[in-house]
Amino acid sequence: MSEKITGAEALVRALIAEDVDTVFGYPGGYIIPVYDRLYDYTDQLRHILVRHEQGATHAAQGYARVSGRTGVVIATSGPAATNLVTGLSDAMMDSTPMVVITGQAPAGMLGTDSFQETDVIGITQPVTKWSYQIRRAEDVPWAVARAFYIASTGRPGPVVLDFAKDAQTALLDWKYEKCRYIRSYHPYPAPDPDDLASVAAMIDASSRPMILAGHGVMISGAEKELAALAEKAGIPVAATLLGLSSIPSDHPLYKGMLGMHGNIGPNVNTNRADLLIAVGMRFDDRVTGDVAHYAPEARIVHIDIDASEFGKNVHTDATIHADAREALAALLPLVAEKSHPEWLAEFDRPERVERDAVMDVELHRTSGPMTMGEVVAAVSEATGHRGVLVTDVGQNQMMSARYFRYTDPRSIITSGGLGTMGFGLPAAIGAKLAAPERTVTFFTGDGGLQMTIQELGTIMQYGVGVKIILLNNDFLGNVRQWQELFFKSRFSQTPMVNPDFVKIASAYGISAERVSDRSELGAAVDRMLAHDGAYLLDVAIDPTDMVFPMTPAGAHVDDIMLSRTEKYQLK
Amino acid sequence: MEEKQLYTVTVFTENQVGLLNQISIIFTRRSLNIESLSVSASSIPGVHKFVITCVSDRRSMEKVIMQIQKRIDVLRAFLYTDDEIVYQEVALYKVPTYRLLDEKNLEVILRQHNARILEINREYTVIEKTGHGEETEALFEELKRYDIRQFVRSGRVAVTKSPVEYLTLWLEEQDRRQSQMV
Repeated sequence: MSEKITGAEALVRALIAEDVDTVFGYPGGYIIPVYDRLYDYTDQLRHILVRHEQGATHAAQGYARVSGRTGVVIATSGPAATNLVTGLSDAMMDSTPMVVITGQAPAGMLGTDSFQETDVIGITQPVTKWSYQIRRAEDVPWAVARAFYIASTGRPGPVVLDFAKDAQTALLDWKYEKCRYIRSYHPYPAPDPDDLASVAAMIDASSRPMILAGHGVMISGAEKELAALAEKAGIPVAATLLGLSSIPSDHPLYKGMLGMHGNIGPNVNTNRADLLIAVGMRFDDRVTGDVAHYAPEARIVHIDIDASEFGKNVHTDATIHADAREALAALLPLVAEKSHPEWLAEFDRPERVERDAVMDVELHRTSGPMTMGEVVAAVSEATGHRGVLVTDVGQNQMMSARYFRYTDPRSIITSGGLGTMGFGLPAAIGAKLAAPERTVTFFTGDGGLQMTIQELGTIMQYGVGVKIILLNNDFLGNVRQWQELFFKSRFSQTPMVNPDFVKIASAYGISAERVSDRSELGAAVDRMLAHDGAYLLDVAIDPTDMVFPMTPAGAHVDDIMLSRTEKYQLK
Repeated sequence: MEEKQLYTVTVFTENQVGLLNQISIIFTRRSLNIESLSVSASSIPGVHKFVITCVSDRRSMEKVIMQIQKRIDVLRAFLYTDDEIVYQEVALYKVPTYRLLDEKNLEVILRQHNARILEINREYTVIEKTGHGEETEALFEELKRYDIRQFVRSGRVAVTKSPVEYLTLWLEEQDRRQSQMV
């Protein structure tokens, strides 16, 4: 005799069956039956009440990115559902596993413009891996099982389940089975032995190879395999923004970050390499610059689990369609042991130039206002380079990505593809809840912080020990940088009149202090890290501080600005 | 730039709500205009077939195919040029009957175009023509002078010329994949 339960009860039980322990959400009219059932499961399912639905999605992203588990969001219909769209788009771009449940008007009222009805499926289809409307209670187990399977396997991504109100209250026979197979979806293709052999031959034949490590390395847990391949074949490794921490910063073969504000070595040597081995990355325009002048001397190997990435942005000479870990593990025995001392030495000069012309200027000032870089470096150092870096978007993001150092994998959580200002604060909350044992340091700007600042309330309510470092220049700094460099210093709508952030934090019961003098920075960082709980460090930053090096948008990847006036000389 | 030409895309999907939108937004996002679209149940139970025509270059279309195939409930998507398929369209022409009564050449026109009359009454006559786009277009030009009241042309339907049925093979492969998992 099977047990009759409501659709809402089935949803909660299904979440537990999928090993969910935390959900981020916000109740509302058409999801109340689910919240009623959650009330009886608080010992098994922790619900974090955010202050805005967008915050729920970013918190779930932070949770997912630091742990590798699927982030879960519950919200109501209509405005709540539309508030989720930014987070869904962000998770889609950055391959983040997430299951988002929205309430919906009763099935019989759909299409009548009933109260808080919106076409959630229509709106979210372009920005989700899958979206499905549950109109009948008996579909709940199937839909939830499918949602978790789709979100978490293959190239991960967000899934939406739009849950009609009457399906929440109707009865079904409870029986749950996890999804393991979908005929039209093959998430883990086996690497083709011929592809592996030809890539191995290309690696063996190469004298100037470089690995481009992307987010896929960490999604697949291929950090060890990546290092092993690099070490055996003597290949330098560069990382994309989302690939940072896939190899420790101090690994001798690690040569830095790719992209617009990446390190000079890997960027200029992209155009010197004879072989690029791209692993779980997608040749974003911020990495390639002008694709017509990208890697002219190189053959390109692309390893990815998503076949639609092959040839999407750049032409590839060989591909391996597989999970990164599986592909790298299979390649390892096929490649010859090699070393490329002359090629590795080609990274020395750009590294030296960057250190002298960029890093020293940013990190070792003795007078004047503080720079973003020196704050990031101080915090990274004080955590023993073991913290989780969460960033917002803009200069704070590029500076922290550049000057934070990474020891452990899954140590950077940032909005890469979508570039969502306001991402950071809720993402940091999610990260800390997923990894309470790790120090979570969140770098933000005064603009981005104020986009989701209401989530300080979530920090207060749940005592989430996030360390917030506000790089405060009273400017929308990244746009300001472009205005100064490319728009004749016409600072259109970038200066900001800001509130007293220390008072705001205090109002939320969060310890806070402002630092405006360089000599006080070290002690303030120590106080912040030693403090048991959340802390806001409001640091006064030089508004003229700029992120360099910089490859202007659309320029050649080796066309690099060292400062406002100076360019990197290739010879 | 590569040369643009008409491509035929066939997509086989599971029978799930919302797939038409998922497929069409892939074209919309790339600013590709769908020339014609036809959706129907295929010969395989539970599998739906879309036939879409679109003018573009091969590289763009190959990317579109990959994006379509990436959608969860899409089984397979294929790209064809006209020489790789047998295809057909059907057109209907509604013409006032009195305009046809005195036309001595009507029989010749119908014969030449291999068209037929589906319905005839005092008010109007409905003529049907099956053929390629240019053929239904040619009849349209011919009938214009009789004051066509309504004209409609279906989307393209197509089958491949290949002796190998790739979808069938692929479905068999998926069945094997499923049986290996148990």
